Formats: sequence, C-alpha cells, structure tokens
Amino acid sequence: MISSAIIPQPLARLPWRLIFLVSGIGIFGLINLYSAAGGSIAPWALRQGMAFGVFLVVAVIISNIRETTIKSLTIPGYIAIVVMLILVDILGFVGKGAQRWLDLGFIRLQPSEFMKPAIALMCARFYDLLPTGEIRKFRAIWPAAALIVVPTGLVILQPDLGTGLMVLFAGVTVMFLAGVPLRWFLIPGGLAAASIPVVYLFLHEYQRKRIDTFLDPESDPLGSGYHITQSKIAIGSGGMFGKGFLQGSQSHLQYLPEGHTDFAFATLAEEWGMFGGALVILAYLMVLRWCMGVATNAQTRFARLSCAGLTAVLFSYFAINLLMVMGLAPVVGIPLPLISYGGSAILTVMICLGLLMSFERQQRTRSTLS
Amino acid sequence: MSRFTSGQADLIFSRRMLVVGGAQVAVAAALIGRMGWLAIKENEKYNLLSEDNRVQLIIVPPRRGWIVDRHNKPIAINRSDFRVDLIPERVIDIERELTLLAGLLALGPDQVDRIRREIKAAKGFQPVQVAENVPYERYAAVTVRLPELPGIEPARGFTRFYPAGAAVGQLIGYVGAANAREYEAEKNPLLITPGFKIGKEGLEEVLEQKLRGIPGGQRVEVSARGKLIRELTPKPDRSGQTVQLSIDAGLQEYAGRRLGEESGSCTILDCQTGDILCMASMPSYDPNSFSDGIGRTEWKTLSEDPRKPLLNKTVNALYPPGSTLKPMTALALQAHGIDPRERVFCNGGYQLGNRFFRCLGRHGSVDMHRAIAKSCNTYFYSMANRIGYDKIAPMARMLGLGEKFDLPLVSQNYGTIPDSEWKQKRFERNRRLVERPDWTRSDTLNAVIGQGFVIVNALQLAVSTARIASGRLVPPQLVGVHKEPGEALDIPAEHLEAVRGGMWEVVNGDGTAGASRLNLGAIEMAGKTGTAQVRRLAASSSRGQGGDWRYRDHGLFVFYAPADRPRYAGSVVIEHGMGGARAAAPVAKDVLTYLFDRPKADQRLAELETGWGGTLAERTQRRNAAIEAAARQAAALKSPPIAAPAPIPASVNAPPPAPEDR
Repeated sequence: MISSAIIPQPLARLPWRLIFLVSGIGIFGLINLYSAAGGSIAPWALRQGMAFGVFLVVAVIISNIRETTIKSLTIPGYIAIVVMLILVDILGFVGKGAQRWLDLGFIRLQPSEFMKPAIALMCARFYDLLPTGEIRKFRAIWPAAALIVVPTGLVILQPDLGTGLMVLFAGVTVMFLAGVPLRWFLIPGGLAAASIPVVYLFLHEYQRKRIDTFLDPESDPLGSGYHITQSKIAIGSGGMFGKGFLQGSQSHLQYLPEGHTDFAFATLAEEWGMFGGALVILAYLMVLRWCMGVATNAQTRFARLSCAGLTAVLFSYFAINLLMVMGLAPVVGIPLPLISYGGSAILTVMICLGLLMSFERQQRTRSTLS
Repeated sequence: MSRFTSGQADLIFSRRMLVVGGAQVAVAAALIGRMGWLAIKENEKYNLLSEDNRVQLIIVPPRRGWIVDRHNKPIAINRSDFRVDLIPERVIDIERELTLLAGLLALGPDQVDRIRREIKAAKGFQPVQVAENVPYERYAAVTVRLPELPGIEPARGFTRFYPAGAAVGQLIGYVGAANAREYEAEKNPLLITPGFKIGKEGLEEVLEQKLRGIPGGQRVEVSARGKLIRELTPKPDRSGQTVQLSIDAGLQEYAGRRLGEESGSCTILDCQTGDILCMASMPSYDPNSFSDGIGRTEWKTLSEDPRKPLLNKTVNALYPPGSTLKPMTALALQAHGIDPRERVFCNGGYQLGNRFFRCLGRHGSVDMHRAIAKSCNTYFYSMANRIGYDKIAPMARMLGLGEKFDLPLVSQNYGTIPDSEWKQKRFERNRRLVERPDWTRSDTLNAVIGQGFVIVNALQLAVSTARIASGRLVPPQLVGVHKEPGEALDIPAEHLEAVRGGMWEVVNGDGTAGASRLNLGAIEMAGKTGTAQVRRLAASSSRGQGGDWRYRDHGLFVFYAPADRPRYAGSVVIEHGMGGARAAAPVAKDVLTYLFDRPKADQRLAELETGWGGTLAERTQRRNAAIEAAARQAAALKSPPIAAPAPIPASVNAPPPAPEDR
C-alpha cells in the first residue's frame, strides 16, 4: 500500500506490489512477443499489450466487488458456466481440433476458461455452507466431488485435457484445504495412479501420442516429439545469459513450434538464458506468495478457501506450462499467462487476481476498521 | 471422535496451506533446477543441436583427379559442361515448373519421373539433378526464364572425358552416379549429391579414394521451413589427386586400334622395370558413353556380345597358353640338368604307353634351340616326361604364370599352373573335373604344350616373357613411372641365352613366326607363337582351324624387342584367331613398330583401318548409332502412346565379369 497525500485514496489502496510484479511479467512477455515476431510489435505484442491493459483494468474493477456480492453470484455463475459447457459440447464450434469455443455471434467464448475461477469459488462456497462439524462425513465429500467432476468431465470431453486437469486441481486443492480427511485424497489418488494404464486406452489418439512422446521424446524427433525436442534445444542452447535479444535462432527460424504461444517461455529462455527464465519463475513465485498471503490472512472461511483455490488456478497454469516446456510433463495445450500470446489466459488470470485483490482489499479495510 | 470445531478447521487450514505453499516452492525450485540442467550442464549439446538446425551444409562436390599416362598425356580428364539442378525446398509450383523444364530441356517422361522420385526422397537443401550435359542453347533458354522458375539452379558442372575412348575402356573403367548399395556401404552424403560420380569399373573404381578429392561446402542459414536466411563462409573443395599410370596412352590406343575387329588383347611391359605400357583389350566399350549414363539397350548389346566388350581380356580372360609356354619349359629343363644341345628325334609325335601324342609336324632331329623355333611338341613331350611336371611348375610360377599380381585392378583371373599336389586337392574338392587324384605322365605331356590343366591370362604371359627377356624378376606395375630395374632372376645367364636364341629364331630364322619379322633394320623381335585349342581335337574335324568362330583355336604370341638388348616384352592373344603366327604375331609386329618408328606404324594402321571400314572412333560411333536406333525402335514397339519406356537407369552398374579364379 502506498500512502501519500498526492495519490487519491482509491488508487493508493490498490495492492501496488502485486500490480508491479504482474506488470513486470507482462512487459517481459511483451518484449518476448516483440522478438518472437521477428522484432515487430505486430501481430502479437501490440494486441497482447492492449489485452493486458484492458484486463488489468477489469481486475481493478473486480477488486472493488464486495465479498458478499461474490458469494451471492457464485452459485448462479457456476450453473451458467456448466450450461455453457454443455452447449459447447453439443453444438460447439469445431476449431483447432477441439470444441472449445462457444460462438455467440459477436464474441467467441471459451467457457472452460471461466470455469477455472468458478470452480474455486464454488467449492469454497460449498464448504462455507457446510457446517464445520460435518467435514469428516461423507456428506462433505460427494457434493464437492460432483461439483468438480461434472465440469471437469465436460471440459475433457471438448476435448481439452489440460484445462480439465486445471479445473480438477483447483477443486481438489480447495477440498484439501477445507479439511477433508487425508484418506479421501490418498485412496482416490492411489486408485487414479493404478488406473492410468486403463485411462490411457480411452484417451484420444493425439493425447496418447503426447504422452508417448513425453515419455520418450527422441523416439520421434521429427514427428510428435518435435515440440519437446525443439523446446529443450531452445532452452538448453540459451545457456546462462541467453543468445541475446532478437538473436534466438530456434524461434526466429521457426524451429520452435508455437514459439509465441504455449512455448513462449522457450523463446524467452533462448534469448535471455537461465537468468531471464529464473527471473520469470521467481516473479511468478512472488505473485503466488502474495496470493497465499491473502488466503492465510482472510477472515472468512469462504474468502480463505476461495483465495487458496484461485491461487491453485494460477499455480497450475505456471506449473503445467513450464513442466511441459522443459520436457518434464506431456504436451498439453496450457499457455503461460502473461508470457504466452493469448487473451483468454490473461483474462482468466486477471479475473483470479481481481478476486484476490478484492478479498485482500476487504481484509485490509476490515482490519483498519476494527 | 470429538466434535470438529472451527478452531480445529483453522489449524488444519493453516497446516495444509504450509503443505500447498511448500509444494509450490518445490515445483519452482525443480523448474529452476531443470533449467540449470538444460541450459548450463547440457548447454554444449543443445548448442550443437541448435546449430545443426540453423546451419545447413550444401555439399560442393570436388573435381575428380585426372588420370594421365607415363608422358603426362591425359587419359581421363574433366570437361566442363552445363547442368540444371533443382532445390525442392525453394520450388513453389513443382508441376508447373517441371512441365516448363521438360519443354525447355527436352526431357523425356522417364526423366521427369526420375526427378519426381528424387524430389520426394530429397531432404532439406540438397539439390536434385534435373539434367546434366545440357547443350548451351537449352541451358541459355533455362537461364533466360529463371524468374519463372524459383528453385531451379543452372550451374557449371563437369563430366568425365576419356580422349582415347574405347581404346582404354576396360582398363580405365568409367564413372557414374552412386547407386543405393554404394551409398549404404559408405553412408557419405557426397555420394548422393547431384552431379557427383564415383568410379564404377577399372582404375576409376580402384583408385576412387585418390581421385575423389575432398568436398567443399556452402554453409547457409535456413529456417525450419527451408527459407534461406543468409549464406555463411563457404568451405572450399579440394580436387582429387592426379594419378599417373605406367601406361603409354599412345601405345595403348595404337594397340587397341590395331587389334581391330578381332576379339583379343595386347599387353606390353617395359621388361626392365615391369611398367605396364599397354593393356589393350578389344572389342571395348566407350567409357565416355557410360559416363553420361548408358541406355539399357546399349548395355544389353554390350553384355550379350559374344566378343565380350565388357571383359578386360588381359586379366579377366583365361586361355590355355599353348606353345607360348615352351621357352619357360626350356628353362625348367635346363635347371634340371638337360643339356640344350641334346637332340630328340621327332617323327610326328611321341608314344606314351598305348597313346600317341601328336606333334604339329615331323621335325626330324631337334635340339632345344630348334625345338623352340619350330615349336616341336615331340622334343618337349620327351624331355618333360623325363623330369616330370612337378619340376616344371615351379619355374612357371617363378616367371609369374598362375600368379595374382599386386595391381590396382578390380579383379584378376589368375588361372592355374598345375602339379601333382594341386591335382590331389582338386580331386578331393571336385571329383567331376578331375578323374583321378594322381598326376599321370599324360598330364605332364598335356601341360607341357600348354593344354590340359594349364590355364593363364595374357598379362601373365607378358610378365613371364619380360622376365625371360630381361633376366629380371620384374613385378608388373600400373601406377607411376619406374626407373629402377627389377632384381635379377635366379637363373644362369647361359640358360636364358639358350632360350632367347630359340625365340630369336622363331621370328628371324625359319621359325613359326618368320612372316612377322620387324622391318626396322637392326632392331629385331624375338618371340614364341602359340595355338590353344578351344575344344578337344577329337571333337573337331577341322582341328580348330575353321568352321564356327566359337570353336576356332586361339592364336597367341609372346615377344620381346630389341632381341639383343630387350626393352619391351609382351603378349598378344587373338581369340579364335586360329594360330599364333597367323593372327597374333602380326599385331605384335605392328605394335612394336609403333614403339620404334611411329610414322611407319601409323601408315600400316591406316591401311588396315581402311580395310575394316574406318578408324576405331568412327566404327564405335557407327555401332553406337545402330544401338541407339535399335533402342528407339524397341521403345517404340514396347510402349503404347501413354506409357513411357521403362526408366533407363542413369547408369547401369556394370557387374564385374564373373571371375573364375582357379
């Protein structure tokens, strides 16, 4: 918080530390997109910059919504998004080999994006409503499980395994923090691990191929292993301080596929090296620390669980994308928000951050009032 | 279980928040660790891979080394020509461009098919050959329309040129594009570079590594989609080495032409040093037409010709040497104590048990000298029967008969000098070829007149004659010019003199080859005729002196000159020439005349060639034209309008003549 006589109160009350951090990551992302386009603000950097600015304002606006309003909008919002997911699955627009978009004529909506913060809020709301004493009972488990499984299933059906996993992760994190006994995680976790070979059989051909490739990328370096192989080459050839701005041969000569979207981090690491990459990772970690701090300091059970769930969404973006780019996870189409080109990821992140800022603002004002 | 209070819930929440936060930090740490592993520990590897991606090497094939003769006269050189290549990655509309090119360069449908196939197989920036040896007008036509032809690269190339043409065919071999098997064996990307050719036969094949040179490279930075970003510093190529042969190109060409329409060979050595001056084998093929890629019909005609133009008859054909072995036998007899003055009475043959071995005449009382001059079988039957063939064979081997020489040849058929031990082994290995395991007296008698089990090649005959003429153990040599004479043979000089005297008599006395005396004043030739039966006498009514060409006797002649101070020695074999004196000795005479008096020899050749219907080049050209016409006719017959003739391989890989090394 900045306290100064010159700056107006509403502005000064904003969490500037977070905004600086996020803007820093965003600007680094823009610089990287400028390079990925071969030293040009078109077509990506400019549009990304505009999206970033607009959605940052959206976040600030969201931060002014009160907790009670959020609470009351959670259930209708969740239901609306589930309905949209069903619509997408039924009459979804086929694009990119996946039915992820709902074309409303004037705008293309990707409801699965909104499901990420919504699932966090919805689970939080459920445990908020559940009497504290019930937490060890089966009643505390199955409704939450259903709330998570339904949208997860719908998203995976689209098919979008990556987003489905993120939804699942956010919901399960909230369940974990709400105090559901550990056996409810360990037993299904164990079962899930055991069922992986079975699940594998039911995956789409391209999903299966991605997993095969992840396990052995060199088996088909020019085919499906190409992404991971080229990404590792980009990161590995960057060295300590990188090849220099606009000097990345992997990205500039198009050896690195999707060098401005899902693999933007590899582009960045090639030009800025270990140093630039570590800087981004640390900045993200600091954003996560801030979010976790908000969750820890939240006063209400809803706020607490919501914040933790929203943090889980941000973390899963960061973790899945970077693990994939570095060849530690299969290729799933998850971008690195603020670095990768793409408005919807920024929108989701800004919604999450806006909500977190709102919770943070209220705990601060409450504490100053009390 | 106690009631779960909100206080407990808070406690669980904060504990589990620690777990979640810890997991986040752990993942971030793992990611940074992973980055360190990739970017620092494995940096070198990935840098290399990234450079591999970025930089492509376009191979610039080296110029092939020359082959020159002992006087530095070129035998195989490179002629600059025009070629057109295509870089698949840069071509925009392949069909349109191919159609246009086919028109401009007059490409046949099979050539277009080949280009399509190669484009499909081509990777990255490696060019594909569209056409080579393009006439200037067509080349210019392509150059003018280049703006319409992205990805097409007209270039200067080189084709191999053999000035002597067919006269050096089997000796030098030819070059051609590497086939899949050759590429698999070497895995060298140079081999599949368009326009690059490797030696396919003869010296071109054996000396490949010397002649090849080191390829250069044009290094370019390319994008993943094959777009050229910029050119980096090129690496220059290094031409192959020039290889000097011991061959005298003029002599080789003369001998080839002098053999004329006969099927045969002429081998001449410097008998003091062993340098092979000439290894002519006729009929031959024109390596120039092979270097451009040979048509299937031409190939078929060559390989089915009964006169075997693809066979190097100096080393890959085996003949019973006939009487040309008699000088060698005479040395062996002397080495085993037979006095050259001892006489044998020839009454037309030699009785061995109940079998009468014929002589070619009734020579009366002959000594060694006369026996060689008149080629009297009776003398040699009788003497050889006295000492046995096991004492003659070592002399034959010492003189190089039956020996595989250390020469840069693709293959040598080295034949057999038999003895009792050989026959025993032979019997154990293959009972059908040899009736009984022990060496009989009649085996000796057959072997001593160069028939029976004895079989040699023309080079061995030339080497053995060179050794007798010089008295030196000269090794035949094909590469380089040698000055130092070979070491002396372990044979007393008087033994050699006795034999040389007989050989002098053959040509200059009243011997068998008197008609082929050199007309060069003091320079005289010495030699020995031989006639080798192609099939058993009993089977042929005409004794191999007429009838079907295939069954006529081979004519052989070994010689050296000058008789008093031997410098050159050699052998001439005329397949089915019916007799050494009749067919082979005249060739030897003219070829030697060339070495001492060129104008005279040229005049003689001109007369002969007029009789044969033109020079070798003219006759070869005429034959090729006939073959081409036949090929066109065959193609026209075989193919209905749409179907193209079966794709003619750019170059047929000549299978080596089936070696029958015994």
